[in-house]
Amino acid sequence: MSGPLDQLIRQHWWAAVAALCRLTGDLEAAEDAVQDACVVALERWPATGVPANALGWLIGVARHKAVDRLRREAIRGAKEAASMREPEGSGPEQDTAPEPVDQLSLVFLCCHPALDASARVALTLRSVCGLSTAEIAAAFLVPEETMAKRLVRARAKIREARIPFRVPSQAELPDRLGAVLRVIYVLFTEGHMASRGDALVRGDLCDTAISLARGVAGLLPDEPEAMGLLALLLLTDARRAARTDDLGELVLLEDQDRGRWDRDMIAEGEEILETALGLGRPGPYQLHAAIAACHSTAVSAAATDWRQIALLYGELIRYEPTPVVEANRAVAVAMAEGPAAGLVILDALAHHPQLWRWAQLHIARAELLRRLGRDDEAAGAYRAALELEPAPASRSFIARRMRELTGG
Amino acid sequence: MKYMLLLNRMADALPESGTPDLDRINQEYAVAVAAMGQAGVLIDCAPLAAGSSTTTVRVRDGETIITDGPSAEIKEQLGGYTIIECADLDEALKWAAIIPAARDASVEVRPIVAAQAPV
Repeated sequence: MSGPLDQLIRQHWWAAVAALCRLTGDLEAAEDAVQDACVVALERWPATGVPANALGWLIGVARHKAVDRLRREAIRGAKEAASMREPEGSGPEQDTAPEPVDQLSLVFLCCHPALDASARVALTLRSVCGLSTAEIAAAFLVPEETMAKRLVRARAKIREARIPFRVPSQAELPDRLGAVLRVIYVLFTEGHMASRGDALVRGDLCDTAISLARGVAGLLPDEPEAMGLLALLLLTDARRAARTDDLGELVLLEDQDRGRWDRDMIAEGEEILETALGLGRPGPYQLHAAIAACHSTAVSAAATDWRQIALLYGELIRYEPTPVVEANRAVAVAMAEGPAAGLVILDALAHHPQLWRWAQLHIARAELLRRLGRDDEAAGAYRAALELEPAPASRSFIARRMRELTGG
Repeated sequence: MKYMLLLNRMADALPESGTPDLDRINQEYAVAVAAMGQAGVLIDCAPLAAGSSTTTVRVRDGETIITDGPSAEIKEQLGGYTIIECADLDEALKWAAIIPAARDASVEVRPIVAAQAPV
């Protein structure tokens, strides 16, 4: 999809599938019906023009298509199909009006913890973001058939195990929202870090994740963590243009041309973060966003407030007691107090079996050793990172550093 | 004395509805079930939905951990059963979490296929 009409349709996909999911009680039926309605729209709209209420139009047509399909396939009894059609005479507008609660229900359905974690991401891309199976398969570099099976299986589980289409209760919300935000974060990271494929940054996935985060934050205005995630993604993605050089290679934060950072995005991210923090319920995404803001607002790499960043990572450990957070704190400490102080923290993590297999740790150690002038040990750490088969862009970064170290 | 008969099958799911395979299985089971029913020994029986529609519930340190699919822990042994009637999976998962097995090992929540009464 690329034309303006396609984009318009994709913009309405979430609300339309959500409304149809409420009407049909079945995710697959809802998607099929909205897909049918989109085909009709693409046929008619170029001639007739886009209706004033395009979303209402799509939902209305999709509803007819859903009834037709139910009749044709006789999935359910004729009575039920008829009952779905009934409100039409009394007031179609009422029935076809999109409801924010439906949109939330759809996200919570696709991100339900009873679904496999990778299926949650795929299903959200399909049902909420409107990507085709082929596009999702391409994003995750798996054959289309594999992705199609994953989606079929996830929808079958929703139906067979009766995973509910509803907004979780206040008591359930923290956990369930956590699962939703996690899906969006994973999606963004996949675009931002691109562990698969040769491109370092895949902007389309970042854009999708941001618009999803924007939607969820807008639907849950009292949830500071939803805002925190949106702020984090905006503040991080604002650096996109400066993150890779002309050859597509990784440019470290300290070497980036800050003039290429998107100032509007940074300003928006900061504003949203302020609002979130103002609600007085801190959480990991708000802390991550605050760290990103420290970088984005520094006029130069040298002006970065590393002491503040080290403190924020210290706070973050309370929510995410992982060695990865501790490793990041070590880097911040190294910047604030010197590489030796950071190296002490990193070396203390060295015996952690899981972290030792994490290439980024070795790259961080290598960088600190290099700054301390311990070139042989630095080269050894870079080699250790290479053995862990990091992403292609990281590989070429390491190769560059190794050449510098050996003077070749 | 009551006995629980655990029925294994070679495929993850039942054959598609409306296929000759499912018709054949239904007929074969109807014969066995009718015999047990006439003898007065049958209490209840039903097929289970696909293994892939299972959700495993564990409670660790008071926190409920939910995973997709059957338990993959080979040290765990089937130790009992509970049949509950709930509106949806969320409700079933809540009840699963209060069963001690969820804390000690795991509870697999598997949908029962709604079938016609056998006898």
